[in-house]
Amino acid sequence: MIDIKRHNAGFCRDHFLVHCREQVRRAIHDHKMVEPGDRIVVAVSGGKDSLALWDLLVGLEYDVDGLYLGLGIGEYSGESVQFARKYASARGLKLHEVDLQDDLGFTVPGAASVTHRSPCGACGLSKRHVFNTFARDHGYDVVATGHNLDDEAAVLLGNVLRWETGYLGRQHPVLPSAPGFVRKVKPLVRLGEREMAAYCVLQGIDYQVEECPMAEGNRHLGYKEVLNALEERSPGSKASFLFGFLERAHAQFATVAVEEREGLSACIECGSPTTSEICAFCRLRERASGVSLGEGR
Amino acid sequence: MKILLRNPRREIEVSGPCTVASLLHRLELNPESVLVIVGDELVTRDARLDDSASVEIRPVISGGAS
Ligand code: SF4
Repeated sequence: MIDIKRHNAGFCRDHFLVHCREQVRRAIHDHKMVEPGDRIVVAVSGGKDSLALWDLLVGLEYDVDGLYLGLGIGEYSGESVQFARKYASARGLKLHEVDLQDDLGFTVPGAASVTHRSPCGACGLSKRHVFNTFARDHGYDVVATGHNLDDEAAVLLGNVLRWETGYLGRQHPVLPSAPGFVRKVKPLVRLGEREMAAYCVLQGIDYQVEECPMAEGNRHLGYKEVLNALEERSPGSKASFLFGFLERAHAQFATVAVEEREGLSACIECGSPTTSEICAFCRLRERASGVSLGEGR
Repeated sequence: MKILLRNPRREIEVSGPCTVASLLHRLELNPESVLVIVGDELVTRDARLDDSASVEIRPVISGGAS
């Protein structure tokens, strides 16, 4: 049994699995995330959300492969790839692997210390770049990520607290494709992270429970704690905060995001869309790997 | 009761019996941020845990904003 307070309901195993599948099916349908014939690549970390997402998309009979990105975060990365491989091989699914150190010459902790960025900042930039370019270069139409309702509500809270209008305009379950960008979708947006952990337990999916050591003390975790305290007092708060924004406020910010996208040109190093001559990822890579731009071309 | 906590992995002893809700309250954990697992089963807040139970409290909150 699992109790989901915001639905004021307790589910048995079978009904809970149907509930999860239905929420994903509905998110995909309502936001037109996938078109017939699309090839999807799921960004797989070895954690609960991405493995549950892969499992749910396979269950809904989509054409979907996985992509694991090795971040070079010591033991944490060493273990996380094992969970991803084990899941894929047990089900006969195709898992691609890219390793920041082996393939691009740097790690997340290394990049963070050289550039004085936060590790999560360097990590996020690397993930967005690698997932997009990999999908573009390997003929995938869609990149699906495991961002869930809690992630999105926490990001929204952070964006609202600082009135980041560009980020608010881009915060949506679907980012459409554009020159240089593959479509990005978040099919778990209607499911909370407690639901995703429960899904994995009930489906017998072994995932990495231990948290990334870089996460400790980051702002995002603080936002989640605040939102969970609200949710405990007033079930449904997270969902109404996020879905209220998407339904009633997102459009007000969308033009800012469209204008930002229209002003982009191709990076002279990797071809990714950027506001300057060389994109932020290539600049990060140059500083973190010590390989001058142009040498790797 | 033996309680397995994660992140980092450690075990503590808590005296029972009690309900899941009161156990989480005693440990100052928000029920929204954990799953409670007994054997292979998920249990709800109103479930009673007896003194010999082996219970895993698994956090479900993950960190990075990327
Ligand atoms: S916690 Fe930060 S560094 Fe670790 S995987 Fe998540 S985004 Fe990357």
